[in-house]
Amino acid sequence: MTAALPEFVSSFFDGLVPFLAQSEVASEASAIGLQHYLVVSALSFGIGIMVVITRRNAIAVLMGIELMLNSAGLNFVAFSKFTSAPAVEGQIVTLFIIVIAAAEAAVALAIALNLFHNLNSVEVTDAHALKG
Amino acid sequence: MALFSDIMFWVFAATAVLPALLVLFSREIVHMACWLLLSLAGFAGLYLQMGAAFLGFTQVVVYIGGILILLLFGIMLTQKLDVPLRERQSWAFVFPGVLTGLLVIAGLTHLAWNAPWQTTAPAPGEFVADQIGVGFMSTFILAFEAVSVLLLVAMVGASYLVRRDVPQETGGDSSQPGEGVS
Repeated sequence: MTAALPEFVSSFFDGLVPFLAQSEVASEASAIGLQHYLVVSALSFGIGIMVVITRRNAIAVLMGIELMLNSAGLNFVAFSKFTSAPAVEGQIVTLFIIVIAAAEAAVALAIALNLFHNLNSVEVTDAHALKG
Repeated sequence: MALFSDIMFWVFAATAVLPALLVLFSREIVHMACWLLLSLAGFAGLYLQMGAAFLGFTQVVVYIGGILILLLFGIMLTQKLDVPLRERQSWAFVFPGVLTGLLVIAGLTHLAWNAPWQTTAPAPGEFVADQIGVGFMSTFILAFEAVSVLLLVAMVGASYLVRRDVPQETGGDSSQPGEGVS
């Protein structure tokens, strides 16, 4: 591919390759480790818990659950990248999490629609027919 | 001098966490969905940062393209027309909710930062979509099939749950086809 390019372009890329390789080598000494990803995940997980508990709208509660599922997936990928040799298994588990989140969102929205048809409201505090 | 990848980590982390805070603080449901979009994009960026390119794009396609649109459909279909889209606030749950969330954040952050993780050198960020496919078909085949059946059941169940009640056709009452079918 390089042969088809003009001379100055190929020389530009030839000059770029050592730079990229050097940055790739330097990223081995990156200051970002496992802990940083885990802290980001913990923050968004806690925010998701707050959204789930403080909101009354069922769809807002669902958004908090999506945040929590996302942070769990981030944890899986981070552990798989930083601690074990085959780096794909955490990604596979996170793909399962994404699929299950999709199924959960579909069913929960169906339940919310039924709630709206029956009670004319999607607020979770209004669904108290079984409350003792 | 900070590395470029480190700077991108902080950018993506801020993109993931700050819109999540705005999801928590905004009162309008549609605004919540929009901030959730930005937060999910930040998570996708973090996946790309870790070299999980396939996962990052799957995150964009499924979460941002699918689940978020589903949430917006849900918002659209479950709001009354005469009231604004604001949410009534219930102050009874704010204090325990915020307390629980802050305790969880404090505990998890303390644990994540101080635990003696046996970390190794991070794997190089290569494109591993083929290994993911092989893993689905070999090691994780049972979970893969179970998730497939789960997804089918969830889709059938969701479409069953949201159906309109079809009136019982008795005798010659079925002269108008299409009526009652949602």
